Amino acid sequence: MTTLQPPVAAAEPRPAPPPPRRERRSWTGWGFIGPFVAVFALVFLAPIAYSVYLSLFRDQLIGGTTFVGFDNYQQALQDDRFWAALGRVSLFLCVQVPVMLGIALLVALALDSGRLYGKNFFRISIFLPYAVPAVVATLMWSFMYGTRFGLVGDINDAIGVSLPDPLSPELVLASIGNIVTWEFVGYNMLIFYSALRVIPNSLYEAAEIDGAGQIRVITAIKLPAIRGALVIATIFSIIGSFQLFNEPNVMQKLAPNAITTDYTPNFYTYSLSFSGQQHNYSATVAIVMGLITMVIAYVVQLRGMRKGV
Amino acid sequence: MTPTVTPAPAGSAASSSPSSGSAVRLRTPRRRHSPGRPRRSVLLTVLTGLVLLYSLVPLVWLAISATKTQEGLSRSFGLWFDGDFALWDNIAETFTYADGVFARWLLNTLLYVVVGAGGATFLAVLGGYALAKFDFPGRRAVFAVVIGAVAVPGTALAVPTFLMFSTMGLTNTPWAVIIPSLISPFGLYLMWVFASEAIPTELMEAARIDGAGEVRTFFQVALPLLAPGIVTVSLFTMVATWNNYFLPLIMIKDPDWYPLTLGLNSWNAQAETAGGQPVFHLVVTGSLITIVPLIAAFLLLQKYWQSGLAAGSVKE
Amino acid sequence: MLKHSRRLLRGIGLVCALALGATACGGSDDEGSGPKTVSGSDVQAALKKGGTVTVWAWEPTLKQVVADFEKEHPNVEVNLVNAGTGNDQYKALQNAMSAKKGVPDVAQVEYYAMGQYALTKQLTDLKGFGADQLADRYSPGPWNGVKAGGEGIYGLPMDSGPMALFYNKKVFDQHKIEVPTTWDEYVDAARALKKADPKAYITNDVGDAGLTTSMLWQAGSRPYEVDGTTVGIDFSDQGAKTYTATWQKLIDEKLVAPVTSWSDDWYKGLGDGTIATLAIGAWMPANLASGVKDAAGDWRVAPLPQWQAGGKASAENGGSALTLPELGGNEALAYAFVEYANAGKGVDTRVKGGAFPATTAQLNSQAFQNTEFPYFGGQQANKIFAESAANVADDWSYLPYQVYANSIFNDTVGKAYVSGTTLTEGLKTWQDASVKYGNEQGFTVEK
Repeated sequence: MTTLQPPVAAAEPRPAPPPPRRERRSWTGWGFIGPFVAVFALVFLAPIAYSVYLSLFRDQLIGGTTFVGFDNYQQALQDDRFWAALGRVSLFLCVQVPVMLGIALLVALALDSGRLYGKNFFRISIFLPYAVPAVVATLMWSFMYGTRFGLVGDINDAIGVSLPDPLSPELVLASIGNIVTWEFVGYNMLIFYSALRVIPNSLYEAAEIDGAGQIRVITAIKLPAIRGALVIATIFSIIGSFQLFNEPNVMQKLAPNAITTDYTPNFYTYSLSFSGQQHNYSATVAIVMGLITMVIAYVVQLRGMRKGV
Repeated sequence: MTPTVTPAPAGSAASSSPSSGSAVRLRTPRRRHSPGRPRRSVLLTVLTGLVLLYSLVPLVWLAISATKTQEGLSRSFGLWFDGDFALWDNIAETFTYADGVFARWLLNTLLYVVVGAGGATFLAVLGGYALAKFDFPGRRAVFAVVIGAVAVPGTALAVPTFLMFSTMGLTNTPWAVIIPSLISPFGLYLMWVFASEAIPTELMEAARIDGAGEVRTFFQVALPLLAPGIVTVSLFTMVATWNNYFLPLIMIKDPDWYPLTLGLNSWNAQAETAGGQPVFHLVVTGSLITIVPLIAAFLLLQKYWQSGLAAGSVKE
Repeated sequence: MLKHSRRLLRGIGLVCALALGATACGGSDDEGSGPKTVSGSDVQAALKKGGTVTVWAWEPTLKQVVADFEKEHPNVEVNLVNAGTGNDQYKALQNAMSAKKGVPDVAQVEYYAMGQYALTKQLTDLKGFGADQLADRYSPGPWNGVKAGGEGIYGLPMDSGPMALFYNKKVFDQHKIEVPTTWDEYVDAARALKKADPKAYITNDVGDAGLTTSMLWQAGSRPYEVDGTTVGIDFSDQGAKTYTATWQKLIDEKLVAPVTSWSDDWYKGLGDGTIATLAIGAWMPANLASGVKDAAGDWRVAPLPQWQAGGKASAENGGSALTLPELGGNEALAYAFVEYANAGKGVDTRVKGGAFPATTAQLNSQAFQNTEFPYFGGQQANKIFAESAANVADDWSYLPYQVYANSIFNDTVGKAYVSGTTLTEGLKTWQDASVKYGNEQGFTVEK
């Protein structure tokens, strides 16, 4: 995993050669990154190390704690509930992330094209949902999803249609996807937009001279130019999807039969830990999940770097 | 040096872009838009307008709902006003309900944001600067470890973290919220990108030749150049801290130290117990009051974070 | 030695320190054998000496009780903390107990949740405090609750929830439907209501472990048998069959509103007549009065419908006790407060505040029974509640891990509400999952 680094690190700013290689190798840098690493070790690494330790034990209400070696891992690998949850977030990942990033990219391109009326208003407004806490966002959407008193119900009454219940077991994953999309479209849009803004004019002029059309400019100049932003947004989205928790957790109160306590891997570890008091097994599942996430993020990073060149 | 394989950074792209071979740097540096005179398009505006609508409707619902009484919430259509306009009453009640505890939560949240998000930004700036400008043993590992650790689901780490913090006597104190907020992986990433673009290494060397130490170089040369990036990162960390929910939920049991999100949640849960009084109208109004400062901050600092996000905007 | 190394490590390697801590606090059977004893004079002395008691509770009426108590005992300070409602608080309590730090001196715990804490000896047995003398002060359901299926007395009952049928009289009158006295009549009423107004439902139910277990309790089912660490789980007795047969009809014919209790929608439905009845605990009036103000005067209370015509069976729904966690401190003071709140003067204060008592003195008093509820059009609803309280069978027991079992209720039984699964099948799945968990946790589970 040690080769994993953000795409930008490999960037080569002009006119100088890459800055990281400019300095002679020394410990000076640690003086600056030290504080971050220290706090990071305290709030991330130590609990993870502690979890790894916990994952080797089993604690029972009757009988106390026993060392079980890798039994918990074996159990996790054969745990249908875990794999079902993983399957669910994978489906979510394959549908929601492309849709969200797609919309974000299209809006960013639209803003960047200079063909919109009221560009600034669009930009800030679409970004606003990011400021809404996930808990509040989910509560708002849940209200609107209501088929009895919510907006869906109002629409059904008004037009005399009967829209399917967004909180039914069949649709609830899509409904969650909608909330997450709503929360993060603007955020990703802004990252893409900012990356687009700094493409040097010289490139466009060159394209103009070549007589390239809009589409060609987008595919040949804009997209390759913001590839780094696309990759990092994708990686953070993957991590976000795999850790899906707040939205299903809040919505579970309203759709208890559609959202089970093992709905997502993160929800499952939460239930194991807080309802079931199975801290050891919960830690195991979390570590397995973390490893899977890392591998996928890594693969995406590698592929993302190579693609489309 | 191998532009066809080297990935493009978030910001600058010229040398790695396929068409850069024919790049000509000639006139009109002011024109920022794509070629082909940007005519404004109604169609494109309408299509983007759909996304805008999608983004704003729930917020409109929240704003309208905040004007309703508890009874009005139950009886009226969500996207339109109820008979009596109770926004001011609701705001007043939000701040006076339960001995004015909401104001306390607001102040707590401010404290967490100032210390937590401020500290997170500072650490991210220092770290990003180090990653961008120094070659030190383990440099490549740092970000990999950060990403790797972030990939482990946080909910499962909550109990170990709680036990640790409890051992250190931090639970039920502001530190239990502040210390975890000090880490912003995305902030670190942004600062890394930004610092590698914004600070010319020559400038640092010049400062060193002048006899400036590392600390002085950082504060006098690097920091001013990083300003737009700092605004951006602090906005992101601010949002993250402001909306922090899960960890405080576990760490803080004393309502006097609740942040707003937890406080609102406790009001929401109040409807669920025997003898409890449902105050959904206060939850809604409180939610609105919670997001208004963030939105205000976004609007006010727009100019800065836009340029900060555009890592590398200092060029051209 | 452990202590030394722990301190040594605290500064540098927290992880290892924690590891040691975790192993050290893993087992819970190292407690002393006999129950603690605190006499009345100990309590008096403690009150005089004073100190601080930390109380974790979400019950709203306790605020006034605390104020009164502090006034009466000026040296005592009660630190009342709302650490979350129900499950949220149990999570916090469990965390504090694992950390062996920050455990409150007094904690509110619902009856259904007491078993686990009692079994693992995390609650103080109050027998040694003289609590067993108080047995005849409480109605049978709650007293059974604080015994938590064991020998000890693990708390003093704070409130209770003998069940009754709350119904929207306006809706029943409007459609000329009789108020049901049996569950068969209830199903008929549900059909009649649906026919008269397709948007109205007899009640709401999306699967609620608390309601289902209470209904089973009333129907005479006893699915859980607990004897120390040996438990039996069986949802196939006659009582369970009676319940599922009736309730399945309500679900199949879509006669129950798919609305989650305590949600905004729920309060709306109670207000606008689309949720016409609630079979629920006697603590409900305060919630109706504060949450459904618009419908004041519409609602009335009737005895809980019966499984057999002319029967008088009842059950408890909800209710909680104040307990003394083993790891808390200040036992004498803590007990003094608990006794004051749940057996002494505090009871009247709380009843005045809208709580429903667990004490027979209050339940049987004229003042209590004659209270007219303006919300129920002046009805003396407490008479119905008090009678219900007296008719609760006291041989029900919950699992020693009911909190977990309830948390997976909707994963299992919930399927009956949203798919072709039947309630009986759902209960079977719930049973299997509960058995599996019990085995994993070291219980001897007999099916």
